[in-house]
Amino acid sequence: MSNRGSSGVVDVDSPFSPGPRRMAPPSSPVATGAVGRFFEWFGDLGIFFWRVLRAAVTPPFEFTELFRQLDEIGSKSLPLVALAGAATGVVLSLQARFSLTRFGAKSLLPAAIVFSIVRETGPIITGLVVSGRVGAGIGAELATMKVTEQIDAIEASAINPYRLLAATRILACILMLPFLTLAADFCGVLMGWVAQTLVEPLSFHEFINSGFKGAGFNDLLPSTFKTAVFGLIIGLIACFQGMRTRGGAAGVGRAATSSVVLSSLFVILADVVLVKLIMIFFS
Amino acid sequence: MHTIDRVAVRQEHARNDTGAPVIAVEGLYKSFGSQNVLHGISLNVRRGETLAVLGRSGTGKSVLLRLVIGLEKPDAGSIGIHGQNIVGLALDQLGEIRKKMGFLFQHAALYDSLTVEQNVAFPFQHHRKQMSASERGDRVRELLTEVGMETDLKKMPSDISGGMQKRVGLARALALEPDILLLDEPTAGLDPISSAEIGDLILSLQAEHHVASIVVTHDLHSAKTIANRLALLNEGKVVIEGSFEELQTSDIEFVQEFLKHS
Repeated sequence: MSNRGSSGVVDVDSPFSPGPRRMAPPSSPVATGAVGRFFEWFGDLGIFFWRVLRAAVTPPFEFTELFRQLDEIGSKSLPLVALAGAATGVVLSLQARFSLTRFGAKSLLPAAIVFSIVRETGPIITGLVVSGRVGAGIGAELATMKVTEQIDAIEASAINPYRLLAATRILACILMLPFLTLAADFCGVLMGWVAQTLVEPLSFHEFINSGFKGAGFNDLLPSTFKTAVFGLIIGLIACFQGMRTRGGAAGVGRAATSSVVLSSLFVILADVVLVKLIMIFFS
Repeated sequence: MHTIDRVAVRQEHARNDTGAPVIAVEGLYKSFGSQNVLHGISLNVRRGETLAVLGRSGTGKSVLLRLVIGLEKPDAGSIGIHGQNIVGLALDQLGEIRKKMGFLFQHAALYDSLTVEQNVAFPFQHHRKQMSASERGDRVRELLTEVGMETDLKKMPSDISGGMQKRVGLARALALEPDILLLDEPTAGLDPISSAEIGDLILSLQAEHHVASIVVTHDLHSAKTIANRLALLNEGKVVIEGSFEELQTSDIEFVQEFLKHS
């Protein structure tokens, strides 16, 4: 932060103003400035979302760019998501075996692994991994385009950047998150079985039968499709932070960091709300 | 690139300089925070006419161009393009007007993930979807030949010099055959020969397509070569507007000082 000379106006940085530095009069209390910026950030995000929504539902539709983003966000995130899901399955298997054995409920181990992964661990791990990989990628890419005037060049070429850059990326995130979650779920369950069977041999068929006994679509579908909301959050925040960037290389760095931090934070907060809603409507 | 009789072209356009202005800027004000950049700028550009906007760094020349194409919104004033005020238009409405405009950015602003060829093809892919791939390829090569970049089709923007990037940016700006051309420092960073070639290209666009242009430049020599009129900005205001000869004979102290140091 730096003083702005004789005017006495002070630059204030916050995660909610990663791009343009906001000015706060020195006489105003710091708390008031921070609260003001917090609400200003949400207001700007709302306006941005409205512009993207309006661009997304009006022609021309950017199908070529959408397919490119589906590949970029979906296919290229798959190895990382699968690995994270697999590691989670192994850890869950080891931890659950230890706990359930202590309480004499070892026979519940397959169900504990499957339910835990399908209902919560798979979706949230996918959300966080994608917000790390995709959030940083989108944030940095769009921020670089912004500071090098490439977004202005798109706009000057009579192309709506909200439609071409933001709507396609956000839609790709929304569409790919549930599929990536299914991949994480599958790898988690598979590696949970591998970890279980290395300690105490059990056929995959028996593990699945035991694990999914009593489970229904209400356990799988709402938890999987809630990640579409995570996709919306990740895509929206990353595009927003990227497209409002100012300040050269430092601005690009701030945009990438804030995209990851804010999208991860809002994914976790949204999960709290969504879990409660799913319990109300599907239990 | 062929050489053009520059004086003849400018005289021809001076004769054609009639009719309603293609670009009509009226009482334009723009500030960023507490910094006032433009204070009541009014300018007109007619079909086939080139207006060079000169001035010291930071006087709002580039901001003026960004306002004319709608990348910035003015605090007050109007910007008429073909008689329609573009201030306050929605992005898609503005898009229809921008299809008739070409903009060359100061640092070219090429898409860094696309090749030279793809950069120039970009407007066609979005606005000339009926064009076949071969037609598009031919048109792209034609445009790149016009700016002397036909041998660098497959190169990435990072692999070519700043001057070459500017030529590609100019080819991209010309892609949709605009009738308005806005050029931000088109010759800055170019060698004298390339600079003269760009000047010739602008003159040939005036001659063949009667394009209305605003050229922001520090290069007085190039300005007096390509422009019919010059406008000198200082502290957000137009100090003088007229021919180079009118600037030379002006008794305004700032004008004389600017000419002396250019």
